[in-house]
Amino acid sequence: MKISLWIFSERSYSNNDIKKTALYDFHKKNEGKMVPFAGYLMPVKYADSITTSHLHTRKLCSLFDVSHMLQTKIYGKHKKKFMERICVTDVESMGKGKSALSLFVDDETGGILDDLIITNTDEDYLYMVTNASCKEQDMKILTEQQEIFKSSGHDITLEFLDSKDQSLLALQGPGSMSVLQKLVSSIDLSKLYFMDSSTATVCGVPDCRINRCGYTGEDGFEISVPSSRVEMIAESFVANDSVKLAGLGARDTLRLEAGMCLYGSDISRETTPVEAALVWTISRKRRDEKRFPGASIILKQLTEGVQRKRVGLIQKEQGAPVRGGAVIFGGDGQKIGSVTSGCPSPSLLQNIAMGYVDSKFAKNGTEVQVAVRGNKISMVVTKMPFVKSNYYSKPN
Amino acid sequence: MFSSKVIGITKITRCTWTNMNNVQMLLTNSMRFSTSSIKDRYYTDKHEWIDVNNKIGTVGISHYAQDALGDVVYAELPAVGTEVKIKDECGALESVKAASELYSPVSGKVVEINSLVETKPALINQSCYKDGWLFKLELSSEEEISNLMNEEQYGEFIKQDHS
Repeated sequence: MKISLWIFSERSYSNNDIKKTALYDFHKKNEGKMVPFAGYLMPVKYADSITTSHLHTRKLCSLFDVSHMLQTKIYGKHKKKFMERICVTDVESMGKGKSALSLFVDDETGGILDDLIITNTDEDYLYMVTNASCKEQDMKILTEQQEIFKSSGHDITLEFLDSKDQSLLALQGPGSMSVLQKLVSSIDLSKLYFMDSSTATVCGVPDCRINRCGYTGEDGFEISVPSSRVEMIAESFVANDSVKLAGLGARDTLRLEAGMCLYGSDISRETTPVEAALVWTISRKRRDEKRFPGASIILKQLTEGVQRKRVGLIQKEQGAPVRGGAVIFGGDGQKIGSVTSGCPSPSLLQNIAMGYVDSKFAKNGTEVQVAVRGNKISMVVTKMPFVKSNYYSKPN
Repeated sequence: MFSSKVIGITKITRCTWTNMNNVQMLLTNSMRFSTSSIKDRYYTDKHEWIDVNNKIGTVGISHYAQDALGDVVYAELPAVGTEVKIKDECGALESVKAASELYSPVSGKVVEINSLVETKPALINQSCYKDGWLFKLELSSEEEISNLMNEEQYGEFIKQDHS
């Protein structure tokens, strides 16, 4: 058999090219099975199976090393105006200590260049986490825009944080707050709500940044810490019996159950926010002003509609799971789209997927067929998330 | 050690199957100092195993393969009666993370499939050499076995394999 260790085909890296996060030795020590992902050697799983790890995250909590992602700080008097040139969020109106899911969009095509979390910190900078797989592109875009912006007399400074210096941990699951609170002295996490951000002292290390967000649909935190102390902090987390380590495998099944996109699979520069059903990330004010990257295409698509839409698919019967690339057919056997991600859902014990279909077939409840190795599998267009999200939101 | 085992395999292919026990003894002797205890299971470089008895080969995947795959959630096996050639794609195993194709270790005709693993694919993880076998083949060419690896050779192979 051809063993597929990981669903993403990676271009090959020479040993010199591939990077390791500061937790590489820690992963190896904890039986992490390392695979190349976005230029880094990352654990796809540890001793537990992906299913076990997935279910543990939904029940208690798991620690993920996500230091391969790009962390950036943006300083300067015009930092908000600068970010609005590139992303679709109303950064000017963001409250202090608030984060938002945002998109970089190609102004000419309306295609999505990356998805990201942007934070208006209560200090003198914006903080941003973007995808590891888009690192080179994002740094290029930001640097080029910085030059243009500066030359027109604006005040802006970028600081890209190298994974050698700054690491990022994600603690995800319903047990996350109680685990983290024991190790955080300076803030009360019960007052930090979903998409809030604060600095805090974590395991005695000052000025760590805690964002209450994640990529699993569960309550959880992303914690930015100095790489020199990350191993000690990770050890302190896993010393708590309710915390287990989880890798890219569980991260992928968790995010798919949560209906979240993986950049490069479910969204790319070939898809617009309208097709990807991500229009909600475009702030109302910026839509009203008709000024955001890709506005001309996106506003036109909002009025006239789009040919295809991103939908969730669920398989009612047991059978082979469908994977990215599988062709989707309509009732008359005509091709109507393709799958972009798919897996057996460990929580639902049903096969789930997302993909793009002709807009006429995008209505929930529509039955479609998906080709897998010559067979056709029946699936139903389904509202996402597949598994109800469980965020710690501020009571209304 | 290595050469004696190669001779052993060559003998299998030359002798009649009724003489298998003698050959096995020979192999056992040659493997006396080996840590392995499995004598008549042969492996492909794609991590299938085959155990031949009276021209009927039982096929499964190795412990290494099941471990690399993780939880198998779906097994797609060839239909009984299918004629397969050596290295033909003849099914797939789906784990949580990905689909992995199955290849036939030898040529022959599928005479039986393990329908238990279709309803309970976890057997492939729990018992890859026994209850989790996949299908049985009537071999069309017993010679093909000589191209496969024995336990020790396979053990060496997976040390270097990073597929």
